[in-house]
Amino acid sequence: MSLSIANMTRRFGQTEVLRGIDLDIGKGELVALLGPSGSGKTTLLRIIAGLDWPDAGSLAVDGQDWLGRTAQARRTGFVFQHYALFPHMKVRDNIAFGLTVLPRSQRPPSAQIEARVRELLHFLQIDALADRYPSELSGGQRQRVALGRALAISPRLLLLDEPFGALDAQVRRDLRRWLRGVHEASGTTTIFVTHDQEEAFELADRVVVMGAGRIEQIGHPDEIYDHPASAFVARFVGLTVELPVTMHQGRAEAPGIDLTALPRRAMADGPATLFLRPSDIAVRPDPEGCFRVAEIVSTGALLRLQLTGPDGCGIEAEMPRRRIAGLETGQPVLLRPEAGRIFPAAPRSDQPATPAPLPAFKEQRL
Amino acid sequence: MTAIAPAAPVRAKRVLPGFGLTMGVTLTYVGVIVLLPVIALVLKGAEIGPERFVQIITAPRTRAALQLTLVAATMATIFNALYGLLMAWVLVRYDFPGKRLLDALMDVPFALPTAVAGLALTALFAGNGWYGALLQPLGIEVVYTIWGVALAMSFTSIPFVVRSVQPVLEDLDPQYEEAAVTLGAHRWTIFYRVILPAILPAWLVGITLSFARSLGEFGAVVFIAGNLPMKTEIASLLAFIRLEEYDYNGAAAIALVLLFIALVLLVASNLLQARAMRYKGKGA
Ligand SMILES: Nc1ncnc2c1ncn2[C@@H]1O[C@H](COP(=O)(O)OP(=O)(O)OP(=O)(O)O)[C@@H](O)[C@H]1O
Ligand SMILES: [Mg+2]
Repeated sequence: MSLSIANMTRRFGQTEVLRGIDLDIGKGELVALLGPSGSGKTTLLRIIAGLDWPDAGSLAVDGQDWLGRTAQARRTGFVFQHYALFPHMKVRDNIAFGLTVLPRSQRPPSAQIEARVRELLHFLQIDALADRYPSELSGGQRQRVALGRALAISPRLLLLDEPFGALDAQVRRDLRRWLRGVHEASGTTTIFVTHDQEEAFELADRVVVMGAGRIEQIGHPDEIYDHPASAFVARFVGLTVELPVTMHQGRAEAPGIDLTALPRRAMADGPATLFLRPSDIAVRPDPEGCFRVAEIVSTGALLRLQLTGPDGCGIEAEMPRRRIAGLETGQPVLLRPEAGRIFPAAPRSDQPATPAPLPAFKEQRL
Repeated sequence: MTAIAPAAPVRAKRVLPGFGLTMGVTLTYVGVIVLLPVIALVLKGAEIGPERFVQIITAPRTRAALQLTLVAATMATIFNALYGLLMAWVLVRYDFPGKRLLDALMDVPFALPTAVAGLALTALFAGNGWYGALLQPLGIEVVYTIWGVALAMSFTSIPFVVRSVQPVLEDLDPQYEEAAVTLGAHRWTIFYRVILPAILPAWLVGITLSFARSLGEFGAVVFIAGNLPMKTEIASLLAFIRLEEYDYNGAAAIALVLLFIALVLLVASNLLQARAMRYKGKGA
């Protein structure tokens, strides 16, 4: 099932939560909605499911308008952030719920429902838990039951709100691989929300980066990782080191930093900001260097360096431990970024704005 | 002899101290204020002797009073169970002007002296009262009939249902209903398969309390009932009359029956609640 969202806005009182979302998702795609807390991911997902309605904009599925349909009629499989399993029902009844509430004319015979539940329990690898109550399950098991309950109605669109949010790292990794399998086996179109970059990149065909109610970038994980489209995305995907540079004939220049490894860019001369991953900065001891090592912390595999620049600014660099021997605190060093993104040093409007009403937007709505 | 010292038993630490003190105070209170009078009543009843007891209970006037009390209390409770649930629902789920006022009014039956309530109801439903004048042409008599008794009982005990269900309904996470909606459930299905199971224990508590209160309601009922022996005389009034006649045994026997019914009801209600809450499970 393909999905098309155009120009969608949603506000709660004075807070603009969605500020014009345009998004097309193809049949059978697995898409991640990635963004910081409060960026409107859940709101968008709820609108798609029919649990909330936008103030403006359109939502079409397979070419048909969906905003006029009730949530019941849409029959999306929705997995809630905190699972929302019915506490008074056993696992098997939770999973069967979507089938047992069908109008009598459409409801499969109970033997068939039972068979479907058994099949799902087996598929989810929780056969043994069928007669337990949700309060008697672990987080990962609840997660599976929640997914089973959503899959029972054979939804053509599966929506997951931070499905692995409450789980530990190991379980998350296992479930991720498993969810990919579920997605492929069931052939549904799947949208999942996360604020974990690694999760989004590992699992999704395409990643939609959201910031403050807007889509900042849509693309393949590698594309977003290598070519963040805005300063916001750059920060969000881990380019956390920001250095002021000056553009001169397509090259970035900054005192004490060797920027020759970066390709030329078609940018106007003038001040700009260079965004770097800590791991993309090579550090070389050099008596002429104007950065100093303030602190060295080992994480085992990596050394994390705190460096102080000429104007007192601090930046972080990271490298495999064995690559640099004999680095000491207080030592002057030269920096040589090996990759990075440059954006014009605009007034920082690209930052995740605090959700305040935009005057221009107000006029448009009146 | 070298005995290996057994490992000190690990005692689960309580989060808050003072268990001993609080438990002591509670038990003392329950003992002196609640249990002692009940025991005294039972002992008093035991003095009567089984034969005399049965005689008192099966006397036509006593039987009529007990029957009236039970039937009227049942009527009142059925009404309260349904109407109280509806009230709680309206107060929690909808916003409307005057909601706060309505919420506050819910407590009036508790706050009002029962005699005042009884007088007011009688005045309203008497043949020349506002409601009575409307009902009389239809042939419906409330005052001095079982309807009046049930009405007074219902009036004084409805807050029990409303106030037990309301907080549970308020705390009910809307996510359960949203989950049900996405799974295709419609309103009624959601109500009886998702919401009702969640509020059932609280509802049962409210219903039990309402019934127990109705059984013992005195002040409001005696005004509207007319208190005709064999017709509209409730059990607690009859016990009172016996006491006035210095027939302590007669009074105690009737009181014991009421006590017994209330206890049976409490036990039954607790069993039902335990059943309704069995999902809260060992793990929770
Ligand atoms: N019912 C509501 N009433 C008022 N404000 C709301 C409501 N729902 C959401 N918001 C606001 O909308 C904004 C976006 O909320 P949303 O839940 O979509 O964020 P999110 O991206 O899912 O964040 P998180 O990662 O923390 O779950 C937040 O600022 C939130 O306070
Ligand atoms: Mg969210």
